[in-house]
Amino acid sequence: MSAVLTIDPTACDAYGYCAELLPELVGLDEWGYPVVGGEPVPAELVARAEQAARHCPRRAIRVRTRVEVRSSASRP
Amino acid sequence: MTATTPAATTPAATVAAATATATNPAAGRPTLLSGWRASGRSDLAAHVAHYGPLPPLHGDFPRRLVAAVEAAGLVGKGGAGFPSAIKLQSLPRTRSRPTLVVNAMEGEPASAKDHVLLSLLPHLVLDGAQLAAVAVGARQVVVCVADDRDELAAGVATAVAERQRTSQLPVPTTVARPPGRYVGGEESALVGWLERGRGVPAFRPERGVPLALDRAPALVHNAETMAHVALLAREAAGASSTADPEALAADRTTLVTVSGAVARPGVLEVPLGTPIADIVAMATPQGPPVAVLVGGFGGSWLGAGALGTPLRKDTLGAVGAAPGAGVLVVLGSQACGLAETARIARYMAGESAGQCGPCVFGLPAIADDLDLLVAGRGGAAIELRLTGRLALVAGRGACRHPDGVVRMVASALDAFEDDLRRHAAGRPCGHSRRRTVVPLPPA
Ligand code: SF4
Ligand code: SF4
Repeated sequence: MSAVLTIDPTACDAYGYCAELLPELVGLDEWGYPVVGGEPVPAELVARAEQAARHCPRRAIRVRTRVEVRSSASRP
Repeated sequence: MTATTPAATTPAATVAAATATATNPAAGRPTLLSGWRASGRSDLAAHVAHYGPLPPLHGDFPRRLVAAVEAAGLVGKGGAGFPSAIKLQSLPRTRSRPTLVVNAMEGEPASAKDHVLLSLLPHLVLDGAQLAAVAVGARQVVVCVADDRDELAAGVATAVAERQRTSQLPVPTTVARPPGRYVGGEESALVGWLERGRGVPAFRPERGVPLALDRAPALVHNAETMAHVALLAREAAGASSTADPEALAADRTTLVTVSGAVARPGVLEVPLGTPIADIVAMATPQGPPVAVLVGGFGGSWLGAGALGTPLRKDTLGAVGAAPGAGVLVVLGSQACGLAETARIARYMAGESAGQCGPCVFGLPAIADDLDLLVAGRGGAAIELRLTGRLALVAGRGACRHPDGVVRMVASALDAFEDDLRRHAAGRPCGHSRRRTVVPLPPA
């Protein structure tokens, strides 16, 4: 089982707490919005990733266990 | 003929009706626009006379139809190019019956093909929608026409009314009028508007989860895609029980909208796989094309050396492009590709739905860098900043609007490399201020 960190860009308001709480996984772009890679969260960081998700004022962060994603169209 | 002339919303749309009748049909069987060429009429009687009535929808026909769509290799004609058969089979079995949404929003300013198709041959699109709706067990069809296209919507409503009380409307059908913005036709924005009256793209980390409308699945298909389904259904009905993939895939056509430095811009129906240069030739280019923007404003610039590429998903994919919505914007030697790119990028920045930071801030920043380069005031540092920003913004929006901009700008830096060198060295060409060819809506 592997976990991935996703950020809902429609909810995130660039407070940047996540980058402070989790500098190993989250960087900030030049406008202050978080940048995360798509790679799995290492087991030793999962607890802190979940903590960062709880502290996000916009509830924009999700730590999801990876599921098999069925293919589907994404745009019209 | 005035009743069927598309409302002029873009330069391309203005001329499209005139050229729609001058297309190159694939010989033999009925094609997307052949019904219009045959009669010049858009009513149900003319439609049935040319294409025949809806094939019988009972028994195993829905299954055979999906098999025919798959065998023909049909991909969505709205932009994403997703295989239509997979989409038709993607719905989970639920107790609530789905809605089939026909996407005729066509927010792409350089595209007019859905507009032309739906105004000239509304019944072909309605046929496909009825067939797809029956195939997925939908309880209703909703045709979405942008709120700034009253004439088009009225034409569709008339066509639907003609079908009431006939056997040609097995699934109840209505017309909806979402706001006509660039991202308004993004499928989650469309369904979001139908559901809550709020037409912005949704963040969907799990792309496999279907969109929902009234607590039932919603399936969105482009208008041209539906017309293809209507044609394939006739062939599946005429063929023996199993469709022959080769016969179904042969001689298929597709709609393209050609604009830019051509004497006869408009919508053309061309055989799938026609080389881009040949399509441009049909629209009478004003001098040899320097480059062509393929797919849409979120597509790719192809330089003169790549214009022999056949217009098909696989062949374009090999050169890093995609058919997208069938848009071809021709750049001649009188305009500056970098300046055109900057104008498109600025327009696209303004069309952000304003939800996601990387899109809201990143796209204007990208447009700023392009403006500096075009003006000859950006050197190597600005070029580096631009490529960095392209990489930074890609993949970080809720929808793929920013990704399209990144693709288009990156392809421009490649296709116009020589120009870029001159501009970056502070020697912009004179063209950048003179002529513009890309059909942008008035600001
Ligand atoms: S803490 Fe939440 S709102 Fe703040 S930058 Fe991170 S994801 Fe965005
Ligand atoms: S990526 Fe841009 S256009 Fe897409 S939802 Fe976010 S802000 Fe809107």
